[in-house]
Amino acid sequence: MEHLFFFYFALVIAASSVLVVALRNPIYSALSLLIMFFHVAGLYVTLHAEFLAAVQVIVYAGAILVLYLFVVMLLNLKQDERYHRQWPAVAAVGSTLALEAIMLTLLKGPAATAGPPAASATAAAGLGNTEALGDVLYSTYLFPFEVASLILLVAMIGAIILAKKDIVVSEG
Amino acid sequence: MTIPLSYYVTLSAVVFFTGLVGVLIRRNIIIILLSVELMLNATNINFVAFSQTFHNIAGQVFVFFALTVAAAEVAVGLAIIIALHRAKSTINVDEFQLLKW
Repeated sequence: MEHLFFFYFALVIAASSVLVVALRNPIYSALSLLIMFFHVAGLYVTLHAEFLAAVQVIVYAGAILVLYLFVVMLLNLKQDERYHRQWPAVAAVGSTLALEAIMLTLLKGPAATAGPPAASATAAAGLGNTEALGDVLYSTYLFPFEVASLILLVAMIGAIILAKKDIVVSEG
Repeated sequence: MTIPLSYYVTLSAVVFFTGLVGVLIRRNIIIILLSVELMLNATNINFVAFSQTFHNIAGQVFVFFALTVAAAEVAVGLAIIIALHRAKSTINVDEFQLLKW
């Protein structure tokens, strides 16, 4: 049963990552990457890393991919005939994500009641995944955590400076 | 019953190799950045699988940091793409030869 779930997620991850590289339209590549991110999150759920699965969906699928789609829309405005037939893409992405939702429901529904709790990294301490991760993150890895916030600050300033238009001198 | 670690490593290698091929053969700079995301996700799968196998949560903490770096990389990378597009009106990497001699 576990093998079935693993092979389902692995198959979709491998297929959608090949599609990211193979498709010609950058929008379809980005949508294929969206499917891949969601299935990696599903794989994290099978690995008992629930917090990372949630963060994967929020940060990767929610923030990073939307940024990509904004830039694709910004740079490819001239070829607007590409966006007339949207329903096939919507149907493909929607049905794949619906199938993953069904698979995750099957995984967590009966498995939580029937089988004994699997030996995970956190089960020994009697904690949930999020609690265990936060415990380690705010004690052992406190300094790297602070440095990560500095990286984000530098990236934010760098992105603003790189992408802003040059100030027109004649107006001043 | 439980899934061997080698399956996860194989999946991760396949995804990483796909991303590597994408970086090398595609000429669209946006798809190159998407392929870099593929490679980052492949390493993250490895980290979580090893963390699960060895019952050590430090691997998941490292995935957290890799995610932070990925977000920073995307913000700066897309800003560079916008600046390049503004300068040359193209996103084909063959057109950018400023640092080549």
